[in-house]
Amino acid sequence: MMITDILFAMKHELMIAVIIFILLFWKIRSNEPNNALVMALVNGLLLLSTLFFFLNPNESMLFNQMFKTNVLTHFQKSVLSLGMLIVSAVSYAWLLKNKNLIEFYILMLSSLLGMFFMISSSNLLMFYIGLEMSTIPLAAAANFDLQRRKSSEAAMKLILSSSFSSALLLMGISFIYGTCGSLQFAHLNNLLQHTPLTVFAMVLMFAGFAFKISVVPFHLWTADVYEGSPVPVTAFLSVLSKSAVVFVFTNVMFQVFANLYQSWVLVVALLAFGSIVVGNLFALRQQNIKRFLAFSAIAQVGYILVALLGESVQAQAAIFYFLLIYLFSNLAAFGVVGIISEHTGKENIDDYKGFYKTNKFLSWVLAIGLFSLAGVPPTAGFFGKLFLMLSGASTGNYVLIILASLNLVVSFYYYLRVIRVIFMDENDAPIEKTEAGLFPRLALMLCILGIVVLGLYGPAYEYIVQIVEHY
Amino acid sequence: MNLLLFIFIPLLSAIGVLVSNGLKQVRMVAFIGSAIQLLVAFYLLNQYQVAKDLDGTALMYFEQTFAWFPSLGIQFHIGVDGISIAMMLLTALVVVAGVLVSFSMETLHKEFFFLLMLLSLGAYGFFISLDIFTMFFFLEVAVIPKFLLIGIWGSGQKERSAMKLALMLMGGSALIFVGLTGVYYFTPVLADVRTFDLMSIAKRGIPMDAQLFFFPFLFVGFGVFTALFPFHTWVPDGHSSAPTAASMFLAGISMKLGGYGCLRVATFLMPEAAQVYAPWIIALSTIAIIYGAFATMMQTDLKYINAYSSVSHCGFVLLGIGMLTKTSITGAVMQMVSHGLMTALFFAAIGMMYSRTHTRLVSQLGGLLKVMPFISSIFIVAGLCSLGLPGFSGFVSEMTIFVGAWQNPNMWYRIATVLSCASIVVTAVYILRAAGSSVMGEIKDSHFTSLSDAIWNEKLAAVVLLSGIVIIGIAPFLLTDLLSPGADVIMGKLFNSIK
Repeated sequence: MMITDILFAMKHELMIAVIIFILLFWKIRSNEPNNALVMALVNGLLLLSTLFFFLNPNESMLFNQMFKTNVLTHFQKSVLSLGMLIVSAVSYAWLLKNKNLIEFYILMLSSLLGMFFMISSSNLLMFYIGLEMSTIPLAAAANFDLQRRKSSEAAMKLILSSSFSSALLLMGISFIYGTCGSLQFAHLNNLLQHTPLTVFAMVLMFAGFAFKISVVPFHLWTADVYEGSPVPVTAFLSVLSKSAVVFVFTNVMFQVFANLYQSWVLVVALLAFGSIVVGNLFALRQQNIKRFLAFSAIAQVGYILVALLGESVQAQAAIFYFLLIYLFSNLAAFGVVGIISEHTGKENIDDYKGFYKTNKFLSWVLAIGLFSLAGVPPTAGFFGKLFLMLSGASTGNYVLIILASLNLVVSFYYYLRVIRVIFMDENDAPIEKTEAGLFPRLALMLCILGIVVLGLYGPAYEYIVQIVEHY
Repeated sequence: MNLLLFIFIPLLSAIGVLVSNGLKQVRMVAFIGSAIQLLVAFYLLNQYQVAKDLDGTALMYFEQTFAWFPSLGIQFHIGVDGISIAMMLLTALVVVAGVLVSFSMETLHKEFFFLLMLLSLGAYGFFISLDIFTMFFFLEVAVIPKFLLIGIWGSGQKERSAMKLALMLMGGSALIFVGLTGVYYFTPVLADVRTFDLMSIAKRGIPMDAQLFFFPFLFVGFGVFTALFPFHTWVPDGHSSAPTAASMFLAGISMKLGGYGCLRVATFLMPEAAQVYAPWIIALSTIAIIYGAFATMMQTDLKYINAYSSVSHCGFVLLGIGMLTKTSITGAVMQMVSHGLMTALFFAAIGMMYSRTHTRLVSQLGGLLKVMPFISSIFIVAGLCSLGLPGFSGFVSEMTIFVGAWQNPNMWYRIATVLSCASIVVTAVYILRAAGSSVMGEIKDSHFTSLSDAIWNEKLAAVVLLSGIVIIGIAPFLLTDLLSPGADVIMGKLFNSIK
């Protein structure tokens, strides 16, 4: 293999690494960088990294078969780059004032780089390194509102819970290594036998994953961390790190643990139901909009788990499709919340009373984002969620499908509650007119475009099916 | 005839509303858009007759298929038969009338007309879809505009009613979705492709045990939309809190989406299960008819009167479907069209009265015939149609249902039929009482004398709806001829299953 091939295969990773290095040198050169310039550079290069999607992906196995690239990882990395770009663009106002902008970017981008390695891993060790690389910087980033106590509390909770889940994962990995003598995904598929020890190892690994994507009952850290962190970090946590872990999670479930399907199907069904119900019930009563989005995100993960019960190709396609839609919808919602929180400091749902009178554009963006999360057509969320459940039903879990669809009604209630506050409730002193600024506006429009187009334009889904099948 | 026009015209009108400025411009765009819809709907009727004369054997006309999500077997498959054309004409008439009566909508007019156009898009899309996933998509497209219309422009406990309506309809949709997955996975697979296509599922047939399990989901799910007892509770609150145009829409079209779905999806795809569950359907619809009628008697608010009477009248639709004879099914569809026009007219009249007198309570109204003769007259006419006076559409459609129901020799069915017939007497009582005390008699409030009668746009709206009612009432064969081939297809499926 030529060196150019290797470079080309790792284009996403290299691009992020280049940005990190530029920022490092920039920081060394001057202590008071020009924030606008830094952001222009980072956003430009992230856009480039997103546009790598249109280059031809190549298949390769690098570093002693530890690192694989193919069409699927190519797609996933482009999606994550896009997500990072949107997060960075919508938080323009917050970042512009930030004294430690470069450090912030370095932390976030290192985390992103870790995710890329995690997605590309074809070996459990590589996977573990990628995972740690993606979580540890986030704990520091969660603490970025240096004056707020809640922020450091959030960081502490994040680091404790993630190290606990990493410990579980490591234990699971070591059991698997002990029984199979290999860490390669490709080999494990054949080597794993259905024995109590392997089932135990699977449960441990499953619990580790469940922590990362905040599946009930491993969700307790989520709401506090989401509330305490600055909005960009919350958005990053709830969209990007969740998507990245789910990408690997589905891969591990369908590739490594395929033989143990009979043992995990019931666990997944129960946890899916638990997440949906608990997420919904807690979201009903939240006053803080960030906590509200946190609990609704827990319920969304439940629906992803429902799809996991389906047939391999259909399930993976539905999950990846949903994550792409989820990225746009959730970032649209978090974008508006972040802009308002930055300009006015208001984060309660009741503060949004009469929001539509003063901020038409932001109201519609938030509403469309929430509609998409709720799964209302013509937004893409409708298709995303239905395909998840359609996939879950493909193996005949009708009881779960019935419960999950009825829970959609509950989730509908709390999303509509926010819509009602925005559009219908009267308020003498609504949030004043807020100028989002050029970059956030563009990013929000991109989200809306994604939400509308992804559903109505069928080939988007077909493309994902194709790459899942191909791979 | 390209059916995509029924997607594009509402869409373009909605976009046109968004880009225009000021109330006058916005309402003109909306009116022109809806008028074009009406013209195109009549043109479709004409083209359908022509196509039918050329080839009378086709099941569906003007079919078009586009791939949407081919790997899941989801297509954008559209086509119409007589039943869908009747429903589309109904939609077009109600939309024009709804736009006309909302001409004086001052607050957030742009959003208002935009949402109205979106609603009509959902309704047309639903009626032309031949793929049940697409159908479900359009059914749900209409839920959010309803929520916003009631919650923003409504009156009374608008937020609560809007939420109740949205949640109950969403619950119905959840049940429908479960039914759809069942249909999808239990229909025999041909050439490795599953399908949501209505006609090919009907051809392949669904195994009996799956039918028995999933029929209730589909029927009750669609039933929620059409006020199936005991899921009718959103109707009174939703209808009475909604602004006039939205009430007309809800009662006139939205409730018919459910009836159409019960017939086209649930009964047509699962005829065996429909026979098994028919006694239940009949029992529930009889309860709805009688309960709705008696509940109406107790109401004092005109909008609540009409809303509860809608529960009762939509019970007839479900009764007609449950009886499973050709005449009763034709009658059910006639009742959908007739009730849609009649109730829209009723709500329009109530809205016009309310906007002038600022009250809807029967006890506070009185003598309106003297000050606003036109509005009062259409109010009375709508009432007479509602109680089934011969010469109006209400009579022919209810009559058809009863005749069809009587064809079913089962004792239990006959009892249900007799009970439902008896409810007409109750209807007469409440309608005449409401009409008598609100528009006749002495003028209750002295300031009523200064009120003006309907202006041109309101008159036009009433005339549009009224002409539909009278034409069906005088020449019912026009409608029955349109419906009968479609009913034949559904009956053919039922007869096959009896053998």
